[in-house]
Amino acid sequence: MITTAAMAAAVLAPLVAAMFTAAVGWRPIAAWSSVAASLAILTSGIVLAANVGAGHVYAGGHLLRADALAAVMTIVIGSVGTLATWGSITYLDAELRHGHTTPARARTYGILVPAFLAAMALAVLAGNLGLTWVAVEATTIATAFLVGHRRTRASLEATWKYVIICSVGIALAFLGTVILYFASVHAGGAGGAAAAGGGDGGGLDVDTLTANATHLDPAVTRLAVVLLLLGYGTKAGLAPFHTWLADAHSQAPAPVSALMSGVLLAVAFTTLLRVKVISDLALGPGFLRTGLLIMGLGTLFVAALLLVAQRDYKRMLAYSSLEHMGLLAVAAAAGTELAIAALLLHVLAHGLGKSVLFLSAGHLQLAHGSTAIADVRGVLARGPLLGAAWAAGLFALLGFPPFALFASEVGMARGAADAKLAVPLAAALVAVVIAFVALTLHGGTLLLGSAHPEQPSLRLSAAAAAPLVAGVVACVAIGVVATPLDHLLTTAARLLTP
Amino acid sequence: MSSHTYTSLLYLASGVLLLSAVGIVWGRPLRVAVRLLAAQGAALAAIPVLGGAYRHDWYLLGVGLAVCVLRAAVLPGLLARLVPPPVGLTDPREQTGAGERHETGPLLGTSASLMVTAGAVVLAYAVGQPLVALDPSPSTRAAPVALAVVLMGVLLLVTRRRAVSQIVAFLTLDNGIAAVAFLLTSGVPLVVELGASLDLLLFVLVTQVLTARMRVKFGGTDLGELQELHE
Repeated sequence: MITTAAMAAAVLAPLVAAMFTAAVGWRPIAAWSSVAASLAILTSGIVLAANVGAGHVYAGGHLLRADALAAVMTIVIGSVGTLATWGSITYLDAELRHGHTTPARARTYGILVPAFLAAMALAVLAGNLGLTWVAVEATTIATAFLVGHRRTRASLEATWKYVIICSVGIALAFLGTVILYFASVHAGGAGGAAAAGGGDGGGLDVDTLTANATHLDPAVTRLAVVLLLLGYGTKAGLAPFHTWLADAHSQAPAPVSALMSGVLLAVAFTTLLRVKVISDLALGPGFLRTGLLIMGLGTLFVAALLLVAQRDYKRMLAYSSLEHMGLLAVAAAAGTELAIAALLLHVLAHGLGKSVLFLSAGHLQLAHGSTAIADVRGVLARGPLLGAAWAAGLFALLGFPPFALFASEVGMARGAADAKLAVPLAAALVAVVIAFVALTLHGGTLLLGSAHPEQPSLRLSAAAAAPLVAGVVACVAIGVVATPLDHLLTTAARLLTP
Repeated sequence: MSSHTYTSLLYLASGVLLLSAVGIVWGRPLRVAVRLLAAQGAALAAIPVLGGAYRHDWYLLGVGLAVCVLRAAVLPGLLARLVPPPVGLTDPREQTGAGERHETGPLLGTSASLMVTAGAVVLAYAVGQPLVALDPSPSTRAAPVALAVVLMGVLLLVTRRRAVSQIVAFLTLDNGIAAVAFLLTSGVPLVVELGASLDLLLFVLVTQVLTARMRVKFGGTDLGELQELHE
């Protein structure tokens, strides 16, 4: 019963916040309603984590379904969502003060951000792959006007590319879903009118697909899996369809970039993990592994090389997300229990660290009116708190202990080694080292470089600093006291490595 | 309806689906493309309507009618509002350029596009082999045609440079996918069908607003103008 309430709350609370903002406009109470909705998602995730154990629970027939993986992802959405919506308050107020936005656009922002959160919660809690698809496409639509929030030429360009590329990618995933459904119906899953009558997904139900996986026609399933990999890979930012990512992240308002980087990519990737279970059972583990390795390593190298020449700090953060998605793909290819558990820890830690960095980047952009690294130097001297937050986020992202990315990267590497993926692992390490050096140099320049004397002071108000501090504390906390998470992550990983 | 009539009409609908896609690849005037898209939506809707009538499946018939309303009327109607009326009917005060009525300078010429289209059909039959092998029913045999429409949608997307052309291209792709779904499994579960239709409608509304904004900011909708963001 409590799990039903938790699942319903995760999807409905943000929708209520969206409707509330639509009714009252952008004002403090509306802004805080989004934060409350994010906290509700976080609470739901914790409740689900405490109650699902190694099994799964349903709500609304088989419409919603939660297991340990869904609980982990709900926690990620809730925690990153809390930071992003909290950071949005001062961000939007400053934009309004500077005349970068209008009250009407601020209201749209206040409606779309919680709608975006609801769509992501639905994507991870959906009981069938079709509904997951609907929710992932809904995230594209909800974020379109968020990316174009500033209404400049560049943001319009980024929005158009984002909407078209992601919609086409996700359309391919739908074709894959349809073909998988066809295979499932022929393997005994309910199809046609039989499934249509009930409110559930019939042959698209995750459990039905997993149970019937060994009976799926291999040739048809292969076609479906390739399309699903390309489709969700596009949305997860995997090469060669990554081109939308840096444009969208650099143009979107900073808190939205944090949400896209920290959660949206991971939500799309989680769907691939679900597909992987089915694919491994139906086609053997080698099939999807090859695809994930090619796309993962490709993504890692593209990201590393583009990081080297980067001059824009928001694009730099976007390419760093690309790098981390590449790592996730390699870890998923390894597919051992350790690798998957580390992957999930990585998703959470990266989401939090990246949020701190994007929120800091938002303050830098507001103060300087520029996203060029060259225009924004010596941050630590001009604003010690903002500089410290940036440094902490950067250290977290680079994988220094005590931050959790250290443990997760070691775990993923050991998992890849266990899976006898020595050569891909070595290649991935080369890319990671290149990215590490590039990020250190660019991030360091921004932090410690010599500032022009006329550059603005970067003192943050207490309201603006609070979400940053909370984010840093969260990053350290999951690095130092990860024990309560260990069990959850291992359980989730066990579900994905049957 | 006899099984023979059903099969013939099903193949006729698939044929119209394919021909309308070829027509979109062939033609330049955007107004024509939008009309062809409406015809394509009607042909797509005919697949579930025929299936429903043949098997006396009222649910499928209802879905077919809903698909017809959405894809043959609502979506093309929304798109038509983005294409200025033909010369002569234009309000002289309106300063929209002629380029807004035609696809200008696509990256691939007409004859080359049509040849690629022929290749796409062959490729679709090759890719669709496993589908037909799993269930050699009349409707599955038509599925490669729908796959060909998907491929043509992709072709249009990568070669066309007008915002409206790209929306038409995306809808062609999506019609192809919906046709695959109806031909293979008589559609997807209801909740997915509803969600997907809502997403599609919102997609068109969002891109419609973006196209209008592009006209204001760029003075046109040539996507070749979108060159500010790059590495």
